[in-house]
Amino acid sequence: MRYLPLTPDDRAEMLGVIGVDSIDALFVDVPTSARRAGTVDLPLHAGELEVEREMAALARRNRSAGEGSFFCGAGAYRHHVPATVDHIIQRSEFLTSYTPYQPEIAQGTLQVLFEFQTQVAALTGMEVANASLYDGSTAAAEAVMMATRVTRRNKAVMSGGVHPHYVETIDTLAHAAGVATQRLAVAIDAEDAVIAAIDADTACVVVQTPNVFGTATDVTRIAAAAQAAGALLIVVTTEVVSLGLLKSPGEMGADIVVAEGQSIGNGLNFGGPYVGLFACKEKYIRQAPGRLCGETVDADGRRGFVLTLSTREQHIRRDKATSNICTNSGLCALAFSIHMSLLGEVGLRQLAAINHEKARALRDALAAIPGVEILTSRFFNEFAIRVPGKAAELVETLAGQGIIAGVPFSRLDAHAGLDDVLLVAATETTLDIDITFFAKVLAKVIAQ
Amino acid sequence: MRFTKDHEWVAVEGDIATVGITAYAAEQLGDVVFVEVPEVGKTVKQGDGLAVVESVKAASDVYAPVSGEVVEANAALGDAPETVNAVPETGGWFAKLKLSNPSEVEALMDRDAYEAFLGTL
Amino acid sequence: MSMNSVGRPTRPETANDTVDTHATLTGARGLLQDEALIFERDGWHKTGVDLPEASAPADDLNSLLRTAPIGLPGLSEPEVVRHYVRLSQKNHAIDLALYPLGSCTMKHNPRLNEKMARLPGFADIHPLQPQSTVQGALELMDRLAHWLKTLTGMPAVALTPKAGAHGEMCGMLAIRAAHEAKGQGHRKTVLAPTSAHGTNPATAAFVGYTVVEIAQTADGRVDLADLESKLGDHVAAIMVTNPNTCGLFERDVVEIARLTHAAGAYFYCDGANFNAIVGRVRPGDLGVDAMHINLHKTFSTPHGGGGPGAGPVVLSEALAPFAPTPWLVHGEDGFALVEHAGEAGAETAFGRMSAFHGQMGMYTRAYAYMLSHGADGLRQVAEDAVLNANYLKARLSDVMSPAFPDGPCMHEALFDDSWLEGTGVTTLDFAKAMIDEGFHPMTMYFPLVVHGAMLIEPTETESKQELDRFVVALRALAHAAKSGDVERFKGAPYHAPMRRLDETLAARKPRLRWKPVAEAPLAAE
Repeated sequence: MRYLPLTPDDRAEMLGVIGVDSIDALFVDVPTSARRAGTVDLPLHAGELEVEREMAALARRNRSAGEGSFFCGAGAYRHHVPATVDHIIQRSEFLTSYTPYQPEIAQGTLQVLFEFQTQVAALTGMEVANASLYDGSTAAAEAVMMATRVTRRNKAVMSGGVHPHYVETIDTLAHAAGVATQRLAVAIDAEDAVIAAIDADTACVVVQTPNVFGTATDVTRIAAAAQAAGALLIVVTTEVVSLGLLKSPGEMGADIVVAEGQSIGNGLNFGGPYVGLFACKEKYIRQAPGRLCGETVDADGRRGFVLTLSTREQHIRRDKATSNICTNSGLCALAFSIHMSLLGEVGLRQLAAINHEKARALRDALAAIPGVEILTSRFFNEFAIRVPGKAAELVETLAGQGIIAGVPFSRLDAHAGLDDVLLVAATETTLDIDITFFAKVLAKVIAQ
Repeated sequence: MRFTKDHEWVAVEGDIATVGITAYAAEQLGDVVFVEVPEVGKTVKQGDGLAVVESVKAASDVYAPVSGEVVEANAALGDAPETVNAVPETGGWFAKLKLSNPSEVEALMDRDAYEAFLGTL
Repeated sequence: MSMNSVGRPTRPETANDTVDTHATLTGARGLLQDEALIFERDGWHKTGVDLPEASAPADDLNSLLRTAPIGLPGLSEPEVVRHYVRLSQKNHAIDLALYPLGSCTMKHNPRLNEKMARLPGFADIHPLQPQSTVQGALELMDRLAHWLKTLTGMPAVALTPKAGAHGEMCGMLAIRAAHEAKGQGHRKTVLAPTSAHGTNPATAAFVGYTVVEIAQTADGRVDLADLESKLGDHVAAIMVTNPNTCGLFERDVVEIARLTHAAGAYFYCDGANFNAIVGRVRPGDLGVDAMHINLHKTFSTPHGGGGPGAGPVVLSEALAPFAPTPWLVHGEDGFALVEHAGEAGAETAFGRMSAFHGQMGMYTRAYAYMLSHGADGLRQVAEDAVLNANYLKARLSDVMSPAFPDGPCMHEALFDDSWLEGTGVTTLDFAKAMIDEGFHPMTMYFPLVVHGAMLIEPTETESKQELDRFVVALRALAHAAKSGDVERFKGAPYHAPMRRLDETLAARKPRLRWKPVAEAPLAAE
């Protein structure tokens, strides 16, 4: 087996050094009832060529986004990732290192995390950020838990614009932890409705901008209302490229910002691994989940970086930790950071502007089709449309014609009565010809 | 000054008890990097958690050696947690309690008894 | 005060350096540059990407538009490449040398797996595109599930958890749902041994349980009498790692399971150390109800400097109905995902662990790794991992002190610090001196049940030659420590990219980001 360096001679010699006559003697503590003599019922080892053939056959049965017209968003976005990013994250020293617990030989990872934290803080307009969580949805659930610790209150109010998967993820953890949640009615443009729901028990309000329907909202008023009532405002963003164009949640008064960072540096990967961004006001940092990297000096007085404030974490605080998280999304955070360093402010603003422009072009093309209604008025690169009949069936029909038309809202929430709503997104990877083709075929299908 | 087996000290003046951790405890903790002092007005019973003291790799609860109401907390420890290491039994105090049951103090060890107790560890 | 100090120094001691460092004029160390932060390179008006300008202003978003600068520097492509490659050179990695971190299973990461994960048919598909267009991806998930179920002897698996701790949460939520369904929601206690990973108590508390510790016997295993005395109808589950964090197989595991089930509780097994038994022992044969499998340990998906991982959870018949969505089902037109708890096909699911369907990028890597090894290769993995650990234990036991000298260990060898007594050298000092010798230290000060613990996990991908090199280095260091060469340890590392770092200063004066307003340089207090 090509990954196993020991030879039969090595094994015999090592058993001799240990002083046992067989490998079985090392498994002596396993109850006899559970010792398996032979191999389990699975295929035997295979060479690279065979593995590649089998994997390629599976991969071929998927329609990749790059094959043609493609308009899915709803929390995962197809952007162009510069070749440099994937090259660097595959460097041995980044790819095959562990969590930087020995800082003297992990300064590469640690300096990247310090830079990443600074980038995330700047992008979200917040004072501090952590070294990443699993993804946007789990970051949102962690933020709600953190708000209950900060405010010592026990209720979370969620707007009807929050991505339904995020709502389910929050609800799952909150239910277990005994935290009450209140989700307002699903609405295309009603983030402000949370204000009326805030009361003396509210730990936090959770709003999303741009929301799941693409609606961008100024949350300044919500922030003021929440804080006046002693609650925290948690702002969710699933498309971070929007922050190159839109006012940051920090500028609008958010207490905690969580985001899905996949758009920068990371591919679609069928939903994971992604990278959860988590930023907050500095005064709350000791209640924050996850790892934090901080600056210090070494014995020679030179600047260096270490993981710090670790007493919040599970390996020290155990059952009193702020979260149970250990492994996070280090390599995805690295990809994010490299891509962001390539873009810079200049590139990010351009990228955001192009995304917005493509989406407007898509809207104009679709708005011209009889039977299609545009539902989102203030959007970044994604919006909702109403179509005749069921959106899910329409998407299947269009898939047969080579177009991945978007995400039917019914797939995210089958009980909202929005079976005729389709979420469509455009990015810099969307070509004008994709838009024209989509509009043409959609018009024909609707007319039939 | 009186002591507990959990290495807290308490010094009483009138009906106010000042509470901290002993030099031995501070030594055991290593470099103190953060102290979470209680809010004024908090009422504690003997043995309740009163404060948290953190080193880089450990967080320890400080228990109330006596029952009472917090009337003052040592805010200076926020910016200077190292005070707990430097002067644990004076400037490194954590909180002042208005005693609700002064007889509890008498039952605690005096310094000789505490020193003897340390000898058994 | 509760005393739980681990006795680990966290700042450099002032040592009289016996090594003449010949400080350089630039701060560089040979090929290692003193690399500035990206924020310190004047890249405020640069970019390393070529994008067209948008032709029209975004005037439809007037009041929502950013006006202030964001504060993100950019650099040209050559500068970016150089920045990150220079930084990478300051990291140790498996690809450089042994990385013997106990409990972490730092094994070789085959590049074939990276290549497979990057096939556009896996890497460039959207989680919410029509299911008819991703049948290959769904089949891969189904096959991965089949392998995991077969290797563990368990009937069901929830694939979606994103790491080990997330898997623990998933398992505990399934246990909670199972209890609630039986009218046993009053069970609010979880038992875990003192030697448990911190994630176990943290997870149990996070999902609303109270954690009670179970004592450990002198031979490093769960104390059955103590377990029995703490079981009762208030206990929801026990969380036991097997092989445990001392690197030992819980001999009484079947009895542990029996007692637990008799008390009406479930047996959660932390599968972090599955590498020791994969292909040889099936947790399902031991009475386990739920166990997470770290794909980034046993199945070699790269650790990436701290993630991403993946933590699928295998479940017993009793817990399977409560698995979180999405559920993969075999429909008339191929595979399908049931995506919402309560919907037809997933009526009893407890909820959802995260958006979408889990760590597909890790599934592809792990599946490629499984196919490469096959059933026979995986069995050899466990055997070689255990053989390598026992070999190290045998070759080091006369100079270091094994915590549990009697009998074999499993995949990792645990030493305590009693052999360093009187030398003036701590476990931490010894670890830092290992860095100078070109090795990543073992896990230190964990498990907490052993004083000054040193936990060595070589994994199966180390050759005998590399193990021998490691043994020679450790024996030489042990000899140096015992012969009074304290300076070598106190000031270590001398030869790493950085000298020992001041963790106390970092925690007392937290600086968690670069700030545009120049701050005074931190200086040791």
